[in-house]
Amino acid sequence: MDTWIKIASAAFLGIMVWRLWPAANQWLKNGPKGSKKDWQTAIMVLLAVVGFVILLIMMVR
Amino acid sequence: MNNYGQVARGRESALATNKVLRNTYMLLSMSLIFSGVMAGVSMAVGISQGMALGSIIGAFVLVWLVLPRFENSTAGIFVVFAFTGLMGLSLGPMLSYYLAIPNGGNTVMTALGGTGVIFLGLSGYVLTTRKDFSFMGGFLFVGLLVILGAAILNIFFSIPAFSLAISSGIILLMSGFILFDTSRIIHGGETNYIRATVSLYLNIHNLFVNLLYILGAFSGDD
Repeated sequence: MDTWIKIASAAFLGIMVWRLWPAANQWLKNGPKGSKKDWQTAIMVLLAVVGFVILLIMMVR
Repeated sequence: MNNYGQVARGRESALATNKVLRNTYMLLSMSLIFSGVMAGVSMAVGISQGMALGSIIGAFVLVWLVLPRFENSTAGIFVVFAFTGLMGLSLGPMLSYYLAIPNGGNTVMTALGGTGVIFLGLSGYVLTTRKDFSFMGGFLFVGLLVILGAAILNIFFSIPAFSLAISSGIILLMSGFILFDTSRIIHGGETNYIRATVSLYLNIHNLFVNLLYILGAFSGDD
């Protein structure tokens, strides 16, 4: 990758961090909090995604 | 009379939510097709990495500076198409690279199908269970900031294992964002279908790009 593309990409991602910061802060402070059961459900769903991605990796190997 | 009023308000709210959901999926499907066409154009023309980066930056400038002015009017739909078109255009160099290597077509199609299955599975789960995943907001946004910070570092260090870890993290985050965004639509947290479409489009786009990167790496072609 050319050096100028690297610098432009990093600058763009830096601007993205700067734009997302207030939203992240707001969701952390004022967002609803989940119960243990809510988090267990979310983790189970995300684990199903992990399992599916592993299946896809095995398919292309 | 009071109960009748509550039932009527509840029904109105459900109808409004269904309308947002229907409009979101309609606009999302059309913009995904348009994005695919633009990716094809990008490959045919053979745009460079620099132009692809320019397309992404242009797309985000549209979302950050132009979309907020038009998100409540029909002009917002044209902004969404311009955004998704530029994002599709940015996929050209990556798709050309994978399609040029042995078995690359299979990898691209697997990533495309996998993205579709993950999106439909997660959306279907939220729509059928009607669970509220808005509690994930803080975790997802902070996770995104951490991943973006890691991606900035990796631009300069270019460590392959770190790239794979970042892509895996993005796949998990985008899956979480699909749960979060869909549940916000059905629970009335997001009432603007143009904003909802852009959010879901970004989830799908990032999911596809990072799934393709991981599948490309593990297929031994990267």
